[in-house]
Amino acid sequence: MDWSLVIGNAAAELISPTTAAYALAAVGLAVHFGYTGLLNFGQAAFMAIGAYGFAVSVLYFGLPFWGAVLASLLASVVFALILGIPTLRLRSDYLAIVTIASAEILRYIVSTTSLASVTGGAGGLSAFAGEFYAMNPFAEGTYLFWPFDVTAKDLWVRVVGWSIVALATLLVFALMRSPWGRVVKGIREDEDAVRSLGKNVYSYKMQSLVFGGALGTLAGIIFILPRSVQPGNYGTGLTFFIWTVMLLGGAATILGPVVGSMVFWVLLSLTDGLLQGLVNQGVITFLTTDQIGPVRFILIGLGLMALVVFRPQGIFGNKKELQFNG
Amino acid sequence: MANDISVGKAAPGCKKVDPILVADNVTRQFGGLTAVNVDHLEIPRGMITALIGPNGAGKTTLFNLLTGFDKPTTGSWNFEGKDLAGVPSYKVARLGMVRTFQLTKALSMLTVMENMRLGAQNQPGEGFFAALIRPLWSSFEAKITTRAEDLLKRFKLDAKQDDFAAALSGGQRKLLEMARALMSEPKLVMLDEPMAGVNPALTQSLLEHIKDLKKNGTTVLFVEHDMHMVRHISDWVVVMAEGKIVAEGPPAIVMKDQAVIDAYLGAHADTDLGTVAIKVVKEKK
Repeated sequence: MDWSLVIGNAAAELISPTTAAYALAAVGLAVHFGYTGLLNFGQAAFMAIGAYGFAVSVLYFGLPFWGAVLASLLASVVFALILGIPTLRLRSDYLAIVTIASAEILRYIVSTTSLASVTGGAGGLSAFAGEFYAMNPFAEGTYLFWPFDVTAKDLWVRVVGWSIVALATLLVFALMRSPWGRVVKGIREDEDAVRSLGKNVYSYKMQSLVFGGALGTLAGIIFILPRSVQPGNYGTGLTFFIWTVMLLGGAATILGPVVGSMVFWVLLSLTDGLLQGLVNQGVITFLTTDQIGPVRFILIGLGLMALVVFRPQGIFGNKKELQFNG
Repeated sequence: MANDISVGKAAPGCKKVDPILVADNVTRQFGGLTAVNVDHLEIPRGMITALIGPNGAGKTTLFNLLTGFDKPTTGSWNFEGKDLAGVPSYKVARLGMVRTFQLTKALSMLTVMENMRLGAQNQPGEGFFAALIRPLWSSFEAKITTRAEDLLKRFKLDAKQDDFAAALSGGQRKLLEMARALMSEPKLVMLDEPMAGVNPALTQSLLEHIKDLKKNGTTVLFVEHDMHMVRHISDWVVVMAEGKIVAEGPPAIVMKDQAVIDAYLGAHADTDLGTVAIKVVKEKK
């Protein structure tokens, strides 16, 4: 087994754009669930809006890069309003049901054949990031050092992705130590109490849904910049990975989602590399290489169960401040 | 019986000299059950009014209706002349009518101090964009922190101000909820069973706080089963039974009313429960 390859691949995940995208989506989810107590099980929908909003704007409507980013953010705000107006007055469980359903509805809509001319149907969309890579200020060549060595193109998407993650994290940090953050945390604890103190709970929940959703949308854009848009990526699985990432780091923490995403992807890559190696060398005989993919997720699932049992507050969480209270 | 508070004789639904809250024909039905059916009720300004009655009389439901936490089947009411029917609960609170809950709602995973600060009104930093610019709200924050510290000292919670509210005892949470309600400097505070679960030593100081409120011009309306409290601090007592107002008047008079004794207080209202039990046992023998 080539250890340097296994470890190198795993370490490279630390700064990969996919890790950044998951981290950002989890920061958005932390705003929803960790701070406001909104049970959003449709973060995949916000990411899909980012992906399709951006790709369709560029390919179908011919918008420039910034226009496409703004269009996706606008679409995400509209989606959050449609989702929130009927459900945010109800108990939080209803939001969970509605978000999971609407994410699925969205996924079915973008993959229908009758919309294939716009969304690409089941085949998805590709070749929409040309303008983004044309803005790359880095000259051709190899950058950074092993195991993080990347091409100029890879470096550009990583710099942009992680800068957005850093900005979003700072923004959430500033908000959560402000009186605004105090109100949403109060809503997480008991919305009637906050209402009795003269705060418009409905409006705060909506602001939180829109803000966290917008972060999810930006995450969706970062996610597709280095790849194509595939409708299959936006199933409930994605939502649950984002939940895993958030809970791993700590739901009501600033850095938790970021570190959670790093741990999640490094572990996935590491288990993949190790299992591949062991199967190829004949150490593990009861698995074929095709089965390794799903087995990794079984292991991640077991890991999450262990986490919930033994460290429910996540890696960074303060056990006293937040356990799983939905 | 003449008094300073009502216009003319004290009777269920009587007019007050200076009412702060006036309710008319407020009813609330849950299916076939009429939980509240109040023809007319006026709460006197600047006074301490007790709302008493047996369990299930509709006291808390009436609280919920008046503060916008529940929607009435029929009815209208106004607070300082402002029509409140259909006004959402947070706007009711902003108008200066703040309530507490029978089942205490301390925000457990916030510190005691954060709980208090949340009670203040008009903090500009509670706006999404203003929250990002600290100078816009830091001076206001300092001001409300000072006020919160004063209140916490009065309620003997100052030593706990950096603890999570979850770490407080049940009685301390009651105190915190009341102190938090006072952060908004309300004109009318509505306390739902403020004494439930509070130990006798604290009860005494809580009574003093409520009297202080009156001194500072705040009107108090409270639901309570503790008859000593009702007797000692209230200026006016409203008795509810089966959703209706059955009696009203100054405490000394209402609590001698035969209908009230029969419906609520019981024949042994003034006797120690221990002696009653002994008597009952003896009579059996």
